[in-house]
Amino acid sequence: MIRRAIRFLDQRSGSAPLLRKSLRYLFPDHWSFLLGEVALYAFIVLVATGVYLTFFFDPSTAKEVYHGPYAPLRGFHMSHAYKSVLDISFTVKAGLLIRQTHHWAADVFVAAIVVHLLRIFFTGAYRKPRELTYVIGVLMLFITLLEGYLGYSMADDLLSGMGLAIGYSVALSIPLLGANLALLIWGHPFPGDPSFWSRMYVAHVFILPVVIGTLMFLHLALVASRHHTQFRRQARQTERRLVGVPAFPAQAPRSLGLLAAVAAVLFLLGGLVQINPVWQWGPYTPSLGTNGAQPDWYLGWLIGGMRLVPHFDVTLGKYTLIPNPFWGGALFPLSVLVALVSWPWLERRLTGDHAAHNVLDRPRDAPTRTAIGAGFFTWVLLVFVAGSADRVTVAFGLSYPAQIWVFRVLVVVAPIVVFLLVRRVCRELHQAELIERDRERAEAEARQAAGARAPRPA
Amino acid sequence: MRWLRAAAVALLGALGLARGAGRRERVVQPGEPAPRSELVVAALLLGAAACAVAFCVFYATDSLGHQTQLLGLSLGGALALLSAALIVTGKRLVVEEELEEDYPEPESPDEQEQVTAIVRESARPLTRKRLLAGAAGVAGTALGAALITPALSLGPALDTESLYDAPWRRGTRLVGERGTPYRAAGIETGTFYTAFPEGADPEELGSPVVVVRLDPAALALPAERARWAPDGIVAYSKVCTHAGCAVAIYRKPLFAPAEPRPALVCPCHYSTFDPAAGGKVLFGPAGRALPQLPLEIDATGQLRAAGNFSGPVGPSFWGVRTRRPRST
Amino acid sequence: MTLSRLRARALGRPGRRVIWALAATVALGGGVAEAQPPIGIVRPAHEQGQPLSLLGRELYAGNCASCHGIDGRGVGSLAPQRGVGAVKGLGPSLRGVGALAADFYLRTGRMPLERSGKQASRQGPQFNEREIEALVAYVASLGQGPPVPQPHPERGSVAAGLHLFTEHCAGCHQVAGEGGVLTGARVPLVKHSSPAQIAEAVRIGPFLMPRFSRRQISDRQLDSIIAYVRLADAPVDRGGWGIGHLGPIPEGMVTWLIAVVLLVGVCVLLGRRLS
Repeated sequence: MIRRAIRFLDQRSGSAPLLRKSLRYLFPDHWSFLLGEVALYAFIVLVATGVYLTFFFDPSTAKEVYHGPYAPLRGFHMSHAYKSVLDISFTVKAGLLIRQTHHWAADVFVAAIVVHLLRIFFTGAYRKPRELTYVIGVLMLFITLLEGYLGYSMADDLLSGMGLAIGYSVALSIPLLGANLALLIWGHPFPGDPSFWSRMYVAHVFILPVVIGTLMFLHLALVASRHHTQFRRQARQTERRLVGVPAFPAQAPRSLGLLAAVAAVLFLLGGLVQINPVWQWGPYTPSLGTNGAQPDWYLGWLIGGMRLVPHFDVTLGKYTLIPNPFWGGALFPLSVLVALVSWPWLERRLTGDHAAHNVLDRPRDAPTRTAIGAGFFTWVLLVFVAGSADRVTVAFGLSYPAQIWVFRVLVVVAPIVVFLLVRRVCRELHQAELIERDRERAEAEARQAAGARAPRPA
Repeated sequence: MRWLRAAAVALLGALGLARGAGRRERVVQPGEPAPRSELVVAALLLGAAACAVAFCVFYATDSLGHQTQLLGLSLGGALALLSAALIVTGKRLVVEEELEEDYPEPESPDEQEQVTAIVRESARPLTRKRLLAGAAGVAGTALGAALITPALSLGPALDTESLYDAPWRRGTRLVGERGTPYRAAGIETGTFYTAFPEGADPEELGSPVVVVRLDPAALALPAERARWAPDGIVAYSKVCTHAGCAVAIYRKPLFAPAEPRPALVCPCHYSTFDPAAGGKVLFGPAGRALPQLPLEIDATGQLRAAGNFSGPVGPSFWGVRTRRPRST
Repeated sequence: MTLSRLRARALGRPGRRVIWALAATVALGGGVAEAQPPIGIVRPAHEQGQPLSLLGRELYAGNCASCHGIDGRGVGSLAPQRGVGAVKGLGPSLRGVGALAADFYLRTGRMPLERSGKQASRQGPQFNEREIEALVAYVASLGQGPPVPQPHPERGSVAAGLHLFTEHCAGCHQVAGEGGVLTGARVPLVKHSSPAQIAEAVRIGPFLMPRFSRRQISDRQLDSIIAYVRLADAPVDRGGWGIGHLGPIPEGMVTWLIAVVLLVGVCVLLGRRLS
């Protein structure tokens, strides 16, 4: 049976050699190599649930009066877009499960990419010959942020409307071209032309997913062509020689198991933990706002950035050059993107190391890289945390303006402190290992010497 | 160990799977059977099937309540059990080979040479390379520009005048959400009102204004706006100059001597504006004062705009302050 | 637990100490007390036997008069100005605020306040039921003022309430009533307040909150707002566990603390292999 199927396939596609190679592709052994797979599987769940949602969502701003099952909104004027999300949540059977799973999958997808990125960074996996794989990965992360933002914005509830207003202000704030760009995207001053809704929709369900999917394919193809990196745990694992288990049979059930686990977690969350209950927010109109409005977590660093900037526009006399949202909303993420993308080349400059690397560093093996990474991460994380300072005030009563000032100081000081501290810790750890090695050698020599003099009785 | 392996071969043979194993060298190393784990896997798979069936049942039954939760539990449960089955399979049932191989060659210099040669030699017969390259560059750029041009239809990218639009002019009545005009006498201190220009689209950024009445003695408006606040009533755009959110908070002290002064606050990034001082920024990231709408009270006591805003409405952009808003 | 309550506890439960009764008498005779924060609750000696009117007067003198003035006219600024400290005023006049305000501040535990100018936060009442009745009656007797409101949320419409709430209240209290922040204050949750308390807060405008008169929000509209807030007490959580009805912040926490932790756990479980 199996042989006949394979023969059929090979005779018509000539794929037997490729198949054989794929089945025996070697996966090195470490749990952290699975983090990227988590992201991949979350993306699969996203596509599957997303396709289902497109069958019911109506991306139109035309207004209607709500008469559906959710009583508190009856009689409200609302867009078809918002109404159709209410219907997905209340009248389409299993619609709410799929919608919530889709949203959880988005949150988890980005989180998995971030964890994966941290692993790649702190082990030096981005080094030659894998810089392209890394850069594509970083690009995917940033495109995903935009993709997630559009998904959050299309529902046309109170929170998404406020989020769109902020996005509009960031687009407007771009020096020189901001006004032109914002009008190009929105088609009309905010809240925009009705066609803006179909633009968001086609970008969210077609253009960006295709771009992400293509990049993902390239990412995986490049990984496969250069093979996985590995930690050095045995003498035979070297820069030239790879040790691992084959894709089939050993790896396949594990990866499929992980796929099922990711889907299980997402559907369980989708069914049991409520996410973005748009019916509780109500529809949006520009004259309304709510306290505690936040973007999804992965844009929390931008709201933090926008809240931390002191009040000033860059002006030349009365002429506004750079409006305030630019710093936190555009320059900050842009500089993070540029820093991440250019890092492999920057590091090569700093260390002068142009060699290809297949064996990973442990974080302590490269104290400077680890320290820079930790400082950088602290910087972004602090801005991220600053974005939720208002809820900290609600929960613990700390004054909001006081917190903002503390964060303004911390984002400058803490990364430097963390940098120095982490570099020190890495060096100490490294030093301790050398001492340990010397001690073992000395003890072994002493034992040998003692044994030579007076052989112990067996 | 040996007898275990023998038993394994015997078992596989009995299952008819080991046929031909003796004839040629194995590719996959032989593993050890784990019949108990097989039972576990089978049980987990059946459990997954049961959950999947339950999902269909929950889907079909409307009367249970909490349908989303039951659906999520059953589908998630099915996937979790499937995952468990696969994990047990991976850890107990399949052969765990540890293989090694060489990393792919870091590069293929010969092939590189070949590719370079193909490109170079193909171009050799050309005598005017620079000219051709230049012409091709011009053609490419022009064609690229031509292909991008239709994108300008997306919006008035070259004419940004519309950003200065605001639907107010001298005499426009301030009306409530339902279109009822505001009367000056009805505006009380200590609270805020959201007003719109009569007859305009309330969803435009330039439409909503927030109206408050302050003690005329406490006003510190810029000199040229001395007449903009009849009886201490002031109106400001309700759209934050920072990021365009609604300035939905009016902070007013109950007991002025001991509490913060009145302010208009945006809940998005907590920009705080002083309504007594022409919308000046007190705290938060906004870089520009809130635009003020001049007011007047007509003969019937109704509130009307006495002109357009003091500055452009909404988030700032390059050169925003150079022009006054345009009435639409 | 606030400082005053801690002290009150340390000094013994309701009305046990003669010293405090003495202090009350001193305050009664002494007019405006020092600009000192009230320490604990001052109770007359034989509280149980006292008629309500006398109890109210004594409680007022012991606990309220230092900031609101012995005659209820408030303490706008301390005269003479000594130039030390920045105390500009201690408390507003209570003449004309009526039973409505006293009922609100006492039943939500907001008064007495430790220190003037501080934001009063909601807590359990600091007086017992009889004491509250006595004080409310006393404050109401200071001047013509509104009685304790009696809203009828069952007559209101939830949809109208949501609409009004979003327009007037959500900027501070968050659209699902979960509370919030503005520069200078922490905004309390509106959920779990009694209908009368909501109605009182809307009419008073405590601390930095605007005050909405009947002309702006009619009693009928107020009923609708209260009907909506009662829904927000137990919102329609069709999606499952409501995680605070705040949206992205708790959602992000669930993502990282539950989903990512679980999935990294699965990775670790799967990844352990070669010996």
